[in-house]
Amino acid sequence: MKAFVVSLVALVVISVGANQILTRMGPSSAEAAVSEENVRLSD
Amino acid sequence: MLRLMTLFALLLALAMPATAQEGTDASRAETGGAQTLEDILQRQENQAIDDSFRSDNTGNPEQAAPITDQLGTLGGSSDPDLWRAFRYSAADITTQDRGPATTTLIQDGGMWWLLFREGPLLQITAYLLGGTLLALALFYLIRGRIRIDGEKTGRTITRFKAFERFGHWLLASSFLLLGLTGLISLIGRKFLIPVFGHDTFSFLAIGSKWVHNNVSWAFIVALVIIFVVWVVHNIPDRTDLYWLSKAGGLLGGSHPPAKKFNAGQKLIFWAVIILGGSIAASGISLLFPFEFNMFGHTFSTLNSWGVPGWVGQADLPYPLQPHEEMQYAQLWHAIVSLVLTAIIFAHIYLGSVGMEGAFDAMGKGEVEEQWAREHHSIWAEEVLDTKSSKSEAT
Repeated sequence: MKAFVVSLVALVVISVGANQILTRMGPSSAEAAVSEENVRLSD
Repeated sequence: MLRLMTLFALLLALAMPATAQEGTDASRAETGGAQTLEDILQRQENQAIDDSFRSDNTGNPEQAAPITDQLGTLGGSSDPDLWRAFRYSAADITTQDRGPATTTLIQDGGMWWLLFREGPLLQITAYLLGGTLLALALFYLIRGRIRIDGEKTGRTITRFKAFERFGHWLLASSFLLLGLTGLISLIGRKFLIPVFGHDTFSFLAIGSKWVHNNVSWAFIVALVIIFVVWVVHNIPDRTDLYWLSKAGGLLGGSHPPAKKFNAGQKLIFWAVIILGGSIAASGISLLFPFEFNMFGHTFSTLNSWGVPGWVGQADLPYPLQPHEEMQYAQLWHAIVSLVLTAIIFAHIYLGSVGMEGAFDAMGKGEVEEQWAREHHSIWAEEVLDTKSSKSEAT
């Protein structure tokens, strides 16, 4: 069952890794459309 | 006399639709262009109605009263005209938000999706998954565990190498997690909130979403691994026809010869690759909303080939609004996943309780020689011949 345990470790690594990459890569689909940073509040 | 009456009744029946059509037009004029009694009756019977009288009625600036006059309109459109234009996505909307679906304020075309998702889709889920489990339980009661017929040799041969088992377990564990979290997302609102309450379900749903979104990448990686490793052994050949004609020996009788994978396993392999690939594609479409639109172009191509006409259907809707793309992707993702889950239930059954010696193949990688001779005779001969020729050489 060594292959099974290794696969579980790989699953966690891939999932957390993918999440980190996608989060840091940006912009997300939501951020691509809306951003508070670009609102000009004054001259 | 009876014949004459029958003929008269037939003619009357044939003339009815034409009369009804004329009746609709006439009563539409009577209601000033609004909906008629026929429309209401048709809608109550879930029949398609032509609602162009409403969807096209979004204001005509040329006929509108000047805005400077008393009771003048909002630039040529009355409020009801404006709301109808919103509803049917005909309004000329400008927003500062540059998202792909930001000008869709009301999506009337999504109501059928919502109703289908809240009703029939949940029934399909219950019937498909429950029905498969019931069928497997019945099969187990009738057929029992498939035992190794011959005497066990005590010797084993290598069935799957460590990397093959790694790929399989990565696919299996990610699929189980995705299936569970997908079901929580699909049916949780209806079945889990009444049991656990809103707070607990909220925690569960947020966690499920995170797991589902991120574990999906492990599933895709595993799908690629098993395709690369096993595709050579899963190309259909003549032995599969004989195996299928004997139903794989499942219903009793002798074991038909098979190579490394029998026809049943090949069917599961291709189901996993094709359905799993399709689930992955629609999943990516849902993971990055409005970025990858799969359905509008597909529908347009199918329409140009006349495919809907082959089954007597009208053309598929095209073009699709951004939300519709997502709605079709969600339904496709859910339904194909349910079909694959039902297939995988059968695979899990046969790989565990259903067949003696089968689990060892993925558990340890080694199988009893007699099991291999019975279930994969051609492959077993090849492996044993190679083994003996190697030992002779040394």
